[in-house]
Amino acid sequence: MTSVLFDAPGPVARRNSLIASVVGAVAILAGIAWLYFVLNAPRGDLPGYFDPSRWEPFTEPLVWQRLITVGVWGTLSAALTASVFAIALGIVFSLLRSAQTAWIRIPTAIVLEFVRGMPVLLMMLFILLVLNTGSFWAVVAALTLYNGALIGEALRAGLAALPKGQREAGLSLGMRPMQSKMLIEFPQAFRQMLPIIIAQLVVLLKDTSLGYIVGYVELLRVSMNQLASFYGNYYLFSFFIVALVLYLTMNLTLSWFARWVARRTQRRTGMKAPNPDEENEELLRAKAIAESKQTPQGGIL
Amino acid sequence: MDAVIDNLPFYLEGFGMTLLLLVVSGIAALVIGTLIAAMRISPVPSLRWFATGYTEIVRNTPLTLVLFFCAFVLPVLGSRLDYATAAIIGLSVYTSPFVAEALRSGVNGVPVGQAEAARSVGFGFSQTVGLIVLPQAFRMTIPPLINVFIALTKNTSVAGGFFVVELFAVGRIVANARGDQVIAILLAVATFYLLITVPLGLLAARLERRWVVQR
Repeated sequence: MTSVLFDAPGPVARRNSLIASVVGAVAILAGIAWLYFVLNAPRGDLPGYFDPSRWEPFTEPLVWQRLITVGVWGTLSAALTASVFAIALGIVFSLLRSAQTAWIRIPTAIVLEFVRGMPVLLMMLFILLVLNTGSFWAVVAALTLYNGALIGEALRAGLAALPKGQREAGLSLGMRPMQSKMLIEFPQAFRQMLPIIIAQLVVLLKDTSLGYIVGYVELLRVSMNQLASFYGNYYLFSFFIVALVLYLTMNLTLSWFARWVARRTQRRTGMKAPNPDEENEELLRAKAIAESKQTPQGGIL
Repeated sequence: MDAVIDNLPFYLEGFGMTLLLLVVSGIAALVIGTLIAAMRISPVPSLRWFATGYTEIVRNTPLTLVLFFCAFVLPVLGSRLDYATAAIIGLSVYTSPFVAEALRSGVNGVPVGQAEAARSVGFGFSQTVGLIVLPQAFRMTIPPLINVFIALTKNTSVAGGFFVVELFAVGRIVANARGDQVIAILLAVATFYLLITVPLGLLAARLERRWVVQR
């Protein structure tokens, strides 16, 4: 990008770039060091936040056991359950949304618009208070609905972006429209949109922490409410850092997996798979393609 | 329904707070995000690495954790900010990497051939950037940016879980007081959110269709 905008950098430009890089690195390291010393400065009579006495609870195996078996497990079990349901719901949504009958298509579009425009947290509260499901199912149901809507849109875009010949070939073999959709089109669309779906699952995993606000016992509640209150404010910062590291470990692993799948899809199919880093933009573009291709006689089912 | 009508001033107060959170942290996120995006595409390696690390870490941290930090950990560290200000800081920081990615994808989305063509007809750096690349990048950037702000609108609800009295908190308070009309109370809250998100979504879709460069 930068290289085509101007001539290749000569020795002077390269030297300037090196100097700027070193100056920038020094400034960033100075900032990090400043942050470290501010946090590590003694607070009144109490030691700084990196003092070993502040991290004592983590020498007890029981703390880790609770963090992992209750906290991480609470987060992962909600995320896993919601993921499975969200993908299933996404498939249903994408079929209904591209149905031929306007009586099915238009109400689905309105429902999707409604679900996508509402905060997930509000859905959780609604399900919790109205349906009285308990906090686990409130979290799972709200995440399923919201992410199902987004995955549905992604799948619909994937279906619409397939070459027309795929469906025509299926029909010419004597398949019914529904058979061609399920056996020929869906597997391709699903594979093409897999990186976007996994990227959406990273969002879902992150959003399980909203369960903290509606009282679901997951990683944030176990670490910050139960353990940090038990051990006292003295250890609050340490517990926060440990919770942050555990969350980052889970989310970065899944993000990395999404990227790996995107690269693999691209290599296997030779088509450019959507990059999960640019999920919003790619999803928008795919939707624009889907809309421009949606002719009155195009939708089947 | 009368629970909603009786509490309409309270609802409007919450709506005002939601709008305040949206506008102030939206502008702040735009400023931080632009800086990060500029670092990310700069030719200086150390700034590039810093911007990449910042984007990765902030984007993979749950918003609830960020706002928890602002509401509970910042006071322990000695901050004297009120909860709304702390929430605005948290929302700005959380939104900034998404802004940066939208800007970056806009600039990266302009095909190399455009700049090559500009240079081949003798344009200099400022002409290539100012007349050819930036106008196209701008068009491709606005719709994803609007989507970031839609997400921010919905994210402001999380601040309601941490002592900020905005729409979500209003809904929760009123619903706790009037358990008999929970459905109407929460649907009214949803309507206020849709009042912001649906028009923004339509605008994004419209600009996307009109401004997308046909290739």
